[in-house]
Amino acid sequence: MASLTPSRATSAAAPSGPVARVRNHDRSFGDTHVLRSVDLDIEPGEFVALLGRSGCGKSTLLRSLAHLDPPPVGEVEVSGRTSVAFQEPRLLPWRKVQENVALALLNSPERKQRFELAEQTLTEVGLTDKLDAWPLQLSGGQAQRVSLARALVSNPALMLLDEPFSALDALTRIDMHQLVIELWRRHSMAILIVTHDVDEAIALADRVLVMDGGRIAREWSIEPRRDDRAPSKPEIARIRAEMLSALGVHPTPANPNRKAVHKQGAA
Amino acid sequence: MRRWVSPIAIIVIWQLLCMGGFIDPRTMAAPSDIAQTAVGLIKDGTLGAETLVSLQRVVLGLVIGGFIGLSLAVVAGLSRIGDDAIDPPMQMLRTLPHLGLISLFITWFGLGETPKVTLIAMGACFPLYLNTLGGIRGIDRKVLEAARSMHLTHRQQIRHVVIPGALPQTLTGLRQSLGIAWLSLIVAETIPTDAGLGHLINEAREFLQVDVIVVGLAVYAALGLTTDAIVRHLERKALAWRA
Repeated sequence: MASLTPSRATSAAAPSGPVARVRNHDRSFGDTHVLRSVDLDIEPGEFVALLGRSGCGKSTLLRSLAHLDPPPVGEVEVSGRTSVAFQEPRLLPWRKVQENVALALLNSPERKQRFELAEQTLTEVGLTDKLDAWPLQLSGGQAQRVSLARALVSNPALMLLDEPFSALDALTRIDMHQLVIELWRRHSMAILIVTHDVDEAIALADRVLVMDGGRIAREWSIEPRRDDRAPSKPEIARIRAEMLSALGVHPTPANPNRKAVHKQGAA
Repeated sequence: MRRWVSPIAIIVIWQLLCMGGFIDPRTMAAPSDIAQTAVGLIKDGTLGAETLVSLQRVVLGLVIGGFIGLSLAVVAGLSRIGDDAIDPPMQMLRTLPHLGLISLFITWFGLGETPKVTLIAMGACFPLYLNTLGGIRGIDRKVLEAARSMHLTHRQQIRHVVIPGALPQTLTGLRQSLGIAWLSLIVAETIPTDAGLGHLINEAREFLQVDVIVVGLAVYAALGLTTDAIVRHLERKALAWRA
């Protein structure tokens, strides 16, 4: 059985059973039901994407898993340590980059070790030269890397990513996808990423869940290897179309006039 | 450099008007006489001794008032009950013109050091209270939430998020408190006293020594400027992260 108490020791050696177990989880604020009897298991080392429109409850579910809004007893059990990277980097502007990362280790006693681990992790995200920088001196992409390092450094069993790349430009986002996959492979923690970007979900996750109206509406396993998920691949194209349809997005039909113009031009 | 031209010109004109006999020496002394008096007062040790007494009053009042203001702000800023209990009376008290309380303090504490230090403490308390409370309330809740997501304890959150987050405003409050402390000192020292810059000025008034009065005022001004510069320097050091 999964233990209820989070601790660093259990996170490294993955315990048997899911790392997170959500059962019949309800959540309402005032009169609005945000989550309705959600069930979800996340296995150790699994990469799950939670996809949905704004207000579908996906961020609320993440906050329950992170215990940021403590859920009712028994509905959400997480074994091992969690960490979160948010949409905004949320660094402490008055602490240097290395210290920002080291702060996530405050529960371990030795200061020197905290700073060494922080340096190692910042090297992993490619920011060796920014250890001594102030957060306000970083670009958006760099700040988000620090935020990832901060989530990673405590060696979590479950890393929660709340739309972490949606504020970045498209090229930086691709770099960040690569980075997250590398980090995930190296550290083999479970990741739950909340996003509204279908392609991001397909590029990153093993399993994609679409949420709608506070429920998990549909679920896909993505079997192809991560470097073999081109949108042109029929299997991926099919999954992508299904996801969009589950999200209530219907691709615009081809414009017949445009074709005519093209023919005219060619003639 | 160009910003010094007009102040120097004013002093030169002032000097010339005095030398030409256009200004009655009982109304205002010439800059040269004032400088001479200052040198004399420094040499015989009077100015140093009196300044030290005044400085002690300000420091003591500032420390006591600042400590009270800061503590109340921290309690009000961190707990809802504290906020409900502390903030309403503080908001009412702060509208009192505290310098007017001097008569009350004299009836309570007599003519010694206590009413003076109390008046300074009372004045210094509010800017630090208001600014620190504003600083704590203004802390980005998202950053606090990030600290919680890192499993920091309540105490660690205060140390690494709340205090440094409120510091810029607290330092602004400190500068305002210092300004008010000096002002309160000047008023407090009009209470008959046997030492301090106010004593020097009161005595000079008895003997119509305008030059000594001006020297006393100049020292008040210089002390105010100096302490303000010290806090500004502190601000630059402590807030380097805002670069």
